[in-house]
Amino acid sequence: MKSLRLLLPLAVFLVIVGFLLAGLSRDPREVPSPLVGAPAPAFSLVQLHDPAKRSGTADMRGEVWLLNVWASWCVSCRVEHPLLVQLAQAKIVPVVGLNYKDKNEEGKAWLAQHGNPYRVSVVDSDGRVGIDWGVYGVPETFVVDKSGIVRYKQIGPLTVEALEKRILPLVRDLQKS
Amino acid sequence: MSLRRALLLVVAALIATSAWPQGDAAFDARLQALEKELRCLVCQNQTLADSSAGLAEDLRREVRTLARSGKTDAEIKDFLVARYGDFVLYKPPVKATTWVLWFGPFALLAGGAIVWWVILRGRRGAGRGAAVAVDGLPRPDAMARARALLDDTPTR
Repeated sequence: MKSLRLLLPLAVFLVIVGFLLAGLSRDPREVPSPLVGAPAPAFSLVQLHDPAKRSGTADMRGEVWLLNVWASWCVSCRVEHPLLVQLAQAKIVPVVGLNYKDKNEEGKAWLAQHGNPYRVSVVDSDGRVGIDWGVYGVPETFVVDKSGIVRYKQIGPLTVEALEKRILPLVRDLQKS
Repeated sequence: MSLRRALLLVVAALIATSAWPQGDAAFDARLQALEKELRCLVCQNQTLADSSAGLAEDLRREVRTLARSGKTDAEIKDFLVARYGDFVLYKPPVKATTWVLWFGPFALLAGGAIVWWVILRGRRGAGRGAAVAVDGLPRPDAMARARALLDDTPTR
Protein backbone atom coordinates (compact mmCIF):
# COMPACT_ATOMS: atom_id res chain seq x y z
CA MET A 1 0.00 0.00 0.00
CA LYS A 2 2.81 2.35 0.97
CA SER A 3 4.81 1.53 -2.18
CA LEU A 4 1.68 2.11 -4.29
CA ARG A 5 1.41 5.59 -2.85
CA LEU A 6 5.03 6.23 -3.67
CA LEU A 7 4.45 5.14 -7.26
CA LEU A 8 1.53 7.53 -7.72
CA PRO A 9 3.63 10.61 -8.64
CA LEU A 10 5.52 8.50 -11.17
CA ALA A 11 2.24 7.36 -12.71
CA VAL A 12 0.98 10.96 -12.96
CA PHE A 13 4.31 11.98 -14.50
CA LEU A 14 4.09 9.20 -17.09
CA VAL A 15 0.56 10.22 -18.05
CA ILE A 16 1.74 13.80 -18.61
CA VAL A 17 4.72 12.56 -20.65
CA GLY A 18 2.28 10.51 -22.74
CA PHE A 19 0.18 13.56 -23.52
CA LEU A 20 3.24 15.66 -24.35
CA LEU A 21 4.65 12.95 -26.63
CA ALA A 22 1.33 12.70 -28.46
CA GLY A 23 1.39 16.48 -28.82
CA LEU A 24 4.87 16.39 -30.34
CA SER A 25 3.85 14.09 -33.15
CA ARG A 26 0.94 16.29 -34.21
CA ASP A 27 1.37 19.11 -36.69
CA PRO A 28 -0.05 22.31 -35.23
CA ARG A 29 -0.33 23.78 -38.71
CA GLU A 30 -2.95 21.20 -39.63
CA VAL A 31 -6.17 22.68 -38.41
CA PRO A 32 -9.01 20.16 -38.64
CA SER A 33 -11.60 21.46 -41.04
CA PRO A 34 -15.20 21.78 -39.84
CA LEU A 35 -16.12 21.30 -43.48
CA VAL A 36 -15.48 17.55 -43.48
CA GLY A 37 -18.90 15.90 -43.31
CA ALA A 38 -20.66 19.11 -44.34
CA PRO A 39 -22.04 20.11 -47.75
CA ALA A 40 -19.40 21.59 -50.06
CA PRO A 41 -19.77 25.38 -50.23
CA ALA A 42 -21.37 26.14 -53.59
CA PHE A 43 -19.55 28.23 -56.15
CA SER A 44 -19.87 29.12 -59.78
CA LEU A 45 -16.76 30.78 -61.15
CA VAL A 46 -15.29 31.81 -64.47
CA GLN A 47 -13.17 29.16 -66.17
CA LEU A 48 -9.46 29.85 -66.43
CA HIS A 49 -9.16 28.78 -70.05
CA ASP A 50 -12.51 30.11 -71.25
CA PRO A 51 -13.61 33.23 -69.35
CA ALA A 52 -16.91 33.19 -71.21
CA LYS A 53 -17.92 29.98 -69.41
CA ARG A 54 -18.56 29.32 -65.76
CA SER A 55 -18.10 26.14 -63.79
CA GLY A 56 -19.00 25.16 -60.30
CA THR A 57 -20.17 22.70 -57.70
CA ALA A 58 -23.51 22.18 -59.48
CA ASP A 59 -21.71 20.68 -62.51
CA MET A 60 -20.12 18.00 -60.36
CA ARG A 61 -23.30 16.60 -58.79
CA GLY A 62 -23.55 12.84 -58.97
CA GLU A 63 -19.80 12.42 -59.26
CA VAL A 64 -17.05 11.86 -56.76
CA TRP A 65 -14.51 14.62 -57.40
CA LEU A 66 -11.52 16.40 -55.99
CA LEU A 67 -11.11 20.11 -55.54
CA ASN A 68 -7.47 21.08 -55.70
CA VAL A 69 -6.55 24.61 -54.64
CA TRP A 70 -3.49 25.79 -56.57
CA ALA A 71 -1.65 28.85 -57.75
CA SER A 72 1.31 29.56 -60.00
CA TRP A 73 3.04 31.40 -57.14
CA CYS A 74 2.71 28.42 -54.81
CA VAL A 75 5.95 26.52 -54.42
CA SER A 76 4.61 23.34 -52.85
CA CYS A 77 2.07 23.08 -55.69
CA ARG A 78 5.02 22.14 -57.91
CA VAL A 79 5.83 19.32 -55.52
CA GLU A 80 2.40 17.71 -55.72
CA HIS A 81 1.71 18.52 -59.36
CA PRO A 82 3.29 15.41 -60.93
CA LEU A 83 1.01 13.29 -58.72
CA LEU A 84 -2.06 15.16 -59.95
CA VAL A 85 -0.91 14.69 -63.55
CA GLN A 86 -0.52 10.94 -62.93
CA LEU A 87 -3.93 10.83 -61.30
CA ALA A 88 -5.48 12.52 -64.33
CA GLN A 89 -3.77 10.07 -66.69
CA ALA A 90 -5.13 7.15 -64.69
CA LYS A 91 -8.63 8.68 -65.03
CA ILE A 92 -9.64 7.56 -61.58
CA VAL A 93 -11.35 10.70 -60.39
CA PRO A 94 -11.99 14.13 -61.94
CA VAL A 95 -10.08 17.01 -60.38
CA VAL A 96 -11.38 20.57 -60.41
CA GLY A 97 -8.71 23.22 -59.96
CA LEU A 98 -9.37 26.33 -57.93
CA ASN A 99 -6.85 28.85 -59.19
CA TYR A 100 -6.46 30.79 -55.97
CA LYS A 101 -5.44 34.47 -55.95
CA ASP A 102 -3.47 34.11 -59.15
CA LYS A 103 -3.10 36.06 -62.38
CA ASN A 104 -4.88 34.31 -65.26
CA GLU A 105 -1.97 34.52 -67.69
CA GLU A 106 0.51 33.21 -65.12
CA GLY A 107 -1.83 30.39 -64.17
CA LYS A 108 -2.27 29.32 -67.77
CA ALA A 109 1.46 29.53 -68.45
CA TRP A 110 2.12 27.42 -65.36
CA LEU A 111 -0.29 24.71 -66.53
CA ALA A 112 1.21 24.79 -70.03
CA GLN A 113 4.63 24.23 -68.52
CA HIS A 114 3.82 21.60 -65.90
CA GLY A 115 0.83 19.86 -67.50
CA ASN A 116 -2.86 20.35 -66.89
CA PRO A 117 -4.42 17.60 -64.76
CA TYR A 118 -7.69 19.44 -64.24
CA ARG A 119 -11.02 18.74 -65.86
CA VAL A 120 -11.51 22.44 -65.44
CA SER A 121 -9.80 25.20 -63.52
CA VAL A 122 -11.85 28.08 -62.18
CA VAL A 123 -10.63 31.51 -61.20
CA ASP A 124 -10.84 32.65 -57.59
CA SER A 125 -8.84 35.83 -58.02
CA ASP A 126 -9.84 37.52 -54.76
CA GLY A 127 -9.92 34.35 -52.66
CA ARG A 128 -13.60 34.68 -51.72
CA VAL A 129 -14.44 31.08 -52.55
CA GLY A 130 -11.23 30.06 -50.79
CA ILE A 131 -12.57 31.62 -47.59
CA ASP A 132 -15.86 29.73 -48.00
CA TRP A 133 -13.89 26.49 -48.22
CA GLY A 134 -11.72 27.40 -45.25
CA VAL A 135 -8.56 27.55 -47.35
CA TYR A 136 -5.64 28.93 -45.38
CA GLY A 137 -2.67 27.60 -47.23
CA VAL A 138 -2.11 26.47 -50.79
CA PRO A 139 -2.17 23.70 -51.88
CA GLU A 140 -5.20 22.08 -50.31
CA THR A 141 -7.25 19.22 -51.70
CA PHE A 142 -10.81 18.23 -50.88
CA VAL A 143 -12.67 15.01 -51.65
CA VAL A 144 -16.36 15.59 -52.41
CA ASP A 145 -18.86 12.75 -52.74
CA LYS A 146 -21.72 12.24 -55.18
CA SER A 147 -24.23 14.13 -53.08
CA GLY A 148 -21.90 17.06 -52.61
CA ILE A 149 -20.62 16.34 -49.10
CA VAL A 150 -16.97 17.08 -48.33
CA ARG A 151 -15.40 13.82 -47.14
CA TYR A 152 -11.74 14.64 -46.69
CA LYS A 153 -9.36 17.56 -46.66
CA GLN A 154 -5.67 17.33 -47.39
CA ILE A 155 -3.74 20.32 -46.10
CA GLY A 156 -0.49 20.94 -47.91
CA PRO A 157 0.85 19.04 -50.91
CA LEU A 158 -0.50 15.62 -51.83
CA THR A 159 1.90 12.80 -51.17
CA VAL A 160 2.04 9.28 -52.54
CA GLU A 161 1.26 8.04 -49.05
CA ALA A 162 -1.78 10.31 -48.60
CA LEU A 163 -3.10 9.34 -52.02
CA GLU A 164 -2.63 5.59 -51.65
CA LYS A 165 -3.57 5.21 -48.02
CA ARG A 166 -6.39 7.70 -47.64
CA ILE A 167 -7.62 9.53 -50.69
CA LEU A 168 -7.83 6.80 -53.33
CA PRO A 169 -9.41 4.15 -51.04
CA LEU A 170 -11.94 6.78 -49.95
CA VAL A 171 -12.65 7.77 -53.55
CA ARG A 172 -13.19 4.11 -54.55
CA ASP A 173 -15.51 3.59 -51.61
CA LEU A 174 -17.51 6.68 -52.44
CA GLN A 175 -17.72 5.76 -56.11
CA LYS A 176 -19.25 2.39 -55.21
CA SER A 177 -22.00 3.87 -53.07
CA MET B 1 3.62 80.65 -56.83
CA SER B 2 3.35 80.54 -53.06
CA LEU B 3 -0.39 81.16 -53.34
CA ARG B 4 -0.73 78.21 -55.67
CA ARG B 5 1.25 76.10 -53.27
CA ALA B 6 -0.98 77.17 -50.39
CA LEU B 7 -4.07 76.36 -52.41
CA LEU B 8 -2.65 72.95 -53.27
CA LEU B 9 -2.01 72.30 -49.62
CA VAL B 10 -5.59 73.22 -48.72
CA VAL B 11 -6.97 70.94 -51.44
CA ALA B 12 -4.69 68.11 -50.34
CA ALA B 13 -5.76 68.54 -46.74
CA LEU B 14 -9.43 68.47 -47.79
CA ILE B 15 -8.94 65.27 -49.76
CA ALA B 16 -7.02 63.69 -46.93
CA THR B 17 -9.69 64.43 -44.34
CA SER B 18 -12.61 63.44 -46.57
CA ALA B 19 -11.03 60.03 -47.13
CA TRP B 20 -11.56 59.33 -43.42
CA PRO B 21 -15.23 60.00 -42.79
CA GLN B 22 -15.98 61.10 -39.28
CA GLY B 23 -18.28 59.00 -37.13
CA ASP B 24 -16.63 55.77 -38.24
CA ALA B 25 -14.39 55.77 -35.21
CA ALA B 26 -16.78 53.60 -33.21
CA PHE B 27 -17.11 51.17 -36.12
CA ASP B 28 -13.34 50.96 -36.49
CA ALA B 29 -12.91 50.43 -32.76
CA ARG B 30 -15.43 47.59 -32.89
CA LEU B 31 -13.62 45.97 -35.82
CA GLN B 32 -10.29 46.34 -34.04
CA ALA B 33 -11.66 44.67 -30.92
CA LEU B 34 -13.20 41.86 -32.99
CA GLU B 35 -10.03 41.28 -35.01
CA LYS B 36 -8.05 40.97 -31.81
CA GLU B 37 -10.18 37.98 -30.82
CA LEU B 38 -9.60 36.19 -34.11
CA ARG B 39 -6.58 34.16 -35.06
CA CYS B 40 -4.67 34.43 -38.28
CA LEU B 41 -4.46 30.87 -39.60
CA VAL B 42 -1.26 31.41 -41.53
CA CYS B 43 0.83 32.85 -38.71
CA GLN B 44 -0.94 31.06 -35.95
CA ASN B 45 0.28 33.03 -32.98
CA GLN B 46 -0.90 36.35 -34.34
CA THR B 47 -4.31 37.85 -34.24
CA LEU B 48 -6.10 38.92 -37.37
CA ALA B 49 -5.49 42.51 -36.32
CA ASP B 50 -1.71 42.07 -36.06
CA SER B 51 -1.04 39.86 -39.04
CA SER B 52 0.04 41.12 -42.42
CA ALA B 53 -0.38 37.78 -44.17
CA GLY B 54 -2.40 37.79 -47.38
CA LEU B 55 -5.12 35.63 -45.89
CA ALA B 56 -5.38 37.89 -42.85
CA GLU B 57 -5.94 40.86 -45.14
CA ASP B 58 -8.67 38.94 -46.97
CA LEU B 59 -10.31 37.91 -43.71
CA ARG B 60 -10.19 41.47 -42.36
CA ARG B 61 -11.86 42.64 -45.55
CA GLU B 62 -14.45 39.91 -45.13
CA VAL B 63 -15.07 40.84 -41.49
CA ARG B 64 -15.42 44.49 -42.48
CA THR B 65 -17.90 43.66 -45.25
CA LEU B 66 -19.97 41.49 -42.89
CA ALA B 67 -19.95 44.19 -40.21
CA ARG B 68 -21.02 46.81 -42.77
CA SER B 69 -23.93 44.62 -43.81
CA GLY B 70 -25.19 44.73 -40.23
CA LYS B 71 -23.97 41.39 -38.90
CA THR B 72 -23.33 41.20 -35.16
CA ASP B 73 -19.96 40.17 -33.72
CA ALA B 74 -21.39 36.75 -32.82
CA GLU B 75 -22.66 36.23 -36.36
CA ILE B 76 -19.28 37.18 -37.81
CA LYS B 77 -17.53 34.74 -35.47
CA ASP B 78 -19.99 32.00 -36.45
CA PHE B 79 -19.24 32.72 -40.10
CA LEU B 80 -15.52 32.18 -39.54
CA VAL B 81 -15.94 29.18 -37.22
CA ALA B 82 -18.10 27.47 -39.85
CA ARG B 83 -15.19 27.77 -42.29
CA TYR B 84 -12.07 27.47 -40.17
CA GLY B 85 -13.26 25.79 -36.97
CA ASP B 86 -12.96 26.93 -33.36
CA PHE B 87 -9.26 27.47 -33.94
CA VAL B 88 -9.91 30.95 -35.38
CA LEU B 89 -11.16 32.05 -31.98
CA TYR B 90 -8.42 33.08 -29.61
CA LYS B 91 -10.75 32.31 -26.73
CA PRO B 92 -12.04 28.76 -27.17
CA PRO B 93 -15.76 28.25 -26.51
CA VAL B 94 -16.86 26.31 -23.43
CA LYS B 95 -18.28 22.98 -24.61
CA ALA B 96 -17.95 19.28 -23.85
CA THR B 97 -14.70 18.89 -25.83
CA THR B 98 -13.05 21.87 -24.15
CA TRP B 99 -14.07 21.14 -20.56
CA VAL B 100 -10.65 19.70 -19.76
CA LEU B 101 -9.07 22.85 -21.17
CA TRP B 102 -11.31 25.22 -19.22
CA PHE B 103 -11.73 23.37 -15.94
CA GLY B 104 -8.64 21.12 -15.95
CA PRO B 105 -6.40 23.68 -14.22
CA PHE B 106 -8.97 24.19 -11.46
CA ALA B 107 -9.32 20.42 -11.05
CA LEU B 108 -5.54 20.15 -10.74
CA LEU B 109 -5.53 22.97 -8.18
CA ALA B 110 -8.25 21.23 -6.18
CA GLY B 111 -6.31 17.95 -6.41
CA GLY B 112 -3.19 19.68 -5.14
CA ALA B 113 -5.14 21.22 -2.24
CA ILE B 114 -6.52 17.80 -1.28
CA VAL B 115 -3.05 16.20 -1.34
CA TRP B 116 -1.70 19.08 0.76
CA TRP B 117 -4.49 18.69 3.28
CA VAL B 118 -3.97 14.92 3.52
CA ILE B 119 -0.23 15.35 4.10
CA LEU B 120 -0.80 18.03 6.74
CA ARG B 121 -3.28 15.83 8.53
CA GLY B 122 -0.82 12.93 8.43
CA ARG B 123 1.83 15.13 10.06
CA ARG B 124 -0.56 16.23 12.76
CA GLY B 125 -1.37 12.57 13.47
CA ALA B 126 2.33 11.69 13.65
CA GLY B 127 2.82 14.60 16.07
CA ARG B 128 0.80 12.81 18.70
CA GLY B 129 3.66 10.41 19.45
CA ALA B 130 6.35 13.06 19.42
CA ALA B 131 7.88 14.96 22.30
CA VAL B 132 6.59 18.28 20.99
CA ALA B 133 2.84 18.79 20.78
CA VAL B 134 1.13 20.61 17.96
CA ASP B 135 1.13 23.90 19.89
CA GLY B 136 4.94 23.75 20.05
CA LEU B 137 5.16 23.22 23.82
CA PRO B 138 6.87 20.10 25.26
CA ARG B 139 4.45 17.53 26.58
CA PRO B 140 4.47 17.06 30.39
CA ASP B 141 5.40 13.36 30.31
CA ALA B 142 8.25 14.05 27.91
CA MET B 143 9.48 16.81 30.26
CA ALA B 144 9.47 14.39 33.22
CA ARG B 145 11.46 11.84 31.25
CA ALA B 146 13.98 14.45 30.17
CA ARG B 147 14.42 15.64 33.75
CA ALA B 148 14.92 12.05 34.94
CA LEU B 149 17.58 11.51 32.28
CA LEU B 150 19.35 14.72 33.22
CA ASP B 151 19.31 13.74 36.92
CA ASP B 152 20.98 10.51 35.84
CA THR B 153 18.65 8.39 37.96
CA PRO B 154 17.28 5.12 36.67
CA THR B 155 13.82 5.77 35.24
CA ARG B 156 12.35 2.49 36.37
